[in-house]
Amino acid sequence: MGLMQTSRVKSPWILHFDNSSCNGCDIEVLACLTPLYDVERFGMVNMGNPKHADILLITGPVNRRTARVLKNLYNQVPDPKVVVAVGTCASTAGVFHNCYNVLGGVDKIIPVDVYVPGCSVRPEAIIDGVVMALQKLASL
Amino acid sequence: MWGDRHMLEQFILVIATLVGAPLAGGLLFGIDRKITARLQGRYGPPVIQPFYDFFKLLGKEHIAVSRLQFIWIYGYLVFMVVSLIFLVLKSDILLLVFLLGFAGVSLVLGGFSTKSPYAHFGANRELLQIMAYEPVLLLFAIGIYAQNGSFLISEIFKQDKPLLFSLWPLFLAVLYVLTIKMRKSPFDIATSHHGHQEIVKGVTTEYSGPYFALFHLAEWYEIVLLLGIISLFWANPLWVGILIALVAFLLELLVDNIAARMTARWMVRLSWSIGLLLGVINIAYIYLTKGVS
Repeated sequence: MGLMQTSRVKSPWILHFDNSSCNGCDIEVLACLTPLYDVERFGMVNMGNPKHADILLITGPVNRRTARVLKNLYNQVPDPKVVVAVGTCASTAGVFHNCYNVLGGVDKIIPVDVYVPGCSVRPEAIIDGVVMALQKLASL
Repeated sequence: MWGDRHMLEQFILVIATLVGAPLAGGLLFGIDRKITARLQGRYGPPVIQPFYDFFKLLGKEHIAVSRLQFIWIYGYLVFMVVSLIFLVLKSDILLLVFLLGFAGVSLVLGGFSTKSPYAHFGANRELLQIMAYEPVLLLFAIGIYAQNGSFLISEIFKQDKPLLFSLWPLFLAVLYVLTIKMRKSPFDIATSHHGHQEIVKGVTTEYSGPYFALFHLAEWYEIVLLLGIISLFWANPLWVGILIALVAFLLELLVDNIAARMTARWMVRLSWSIGLLLGVINIAYIYLTKGVS
């Protein structure tokens, strides 16, 4: 692996976006940053700014209001980027699949690279998902 | 007056600074992240993490919001490098302070050249930060003049007695400036390192990819410059000064972790009341004891 690719794998900056999640998955995403899991030891930082991010962590099903925001955020993240759908809702819309306002999983709006199932997702599974995303990032 | 040999030495010194300062600065930021993580009960990233971040950012796509902002980020970097070169060539401290001011203003204009309200907020706050620290740095330069009768940094190196003895109130004020310039809590105001919910990333919000890497590069030069300025307080022998600067750096990390973020207005008020007061009393005392020459 070249210097650029090593750096890419070692420094994933994360943008966390909540579509219309119940907040269960969001709490688990934030739990990854706590001393118990401490994802910063892999260089992961929660950025909060799409223009600085490499990995989009998206929770919750897409509804009619958030679809536009999600697409906008995706376009604002500079290439190379990967998208991780965190939780059952983000993957397939889960229990909300037949709600009148829900469009479906995240992949209905933007291309998804890694699906992390679970309701709610455990922090270990999120870290696993991000590591898979990093493998994809290294090959880009 | 100056021989070729002298010129060559200075040239080598400048090249060594251009290459060495980012390495040292990046390592300092890596140590910063490691120590901060340990203070928070975490393991923390590797010490060379800032270099990974830097090279990753270089390899990313840059999204142009306004062409002007790229000129200003180059300006920020160039002014910062030039002021560092002023320091290593032992040139004029007053000009160094002005160049540092120009660097800050470039960053502010970079923020204002985009349409993002977050960048505008960040730029406004960066202006307030410049307002807070620039007068203190000016007083520092005047204090050196009052003590040595010259603004030249080379004159500081000729004195046997360290500046710290006569300028210790200004030393405290410059420590305060270091916290503002490092944009650490309680002055995590313009770039919002930790408070993303408030103004996203402040003045750096609209920079992406390689241009954000340039911002990091400028910050690495900046930290070396600031620690260099602090080490001037004990220039003879210099290693004591560098030791003092490193202790000051560790102190900043501690302050960053135990302090909450405060508002920009509070920063200006505190800086102008305590920083300026310390500086003015210091200079007045020197002139009273030595007499105005």
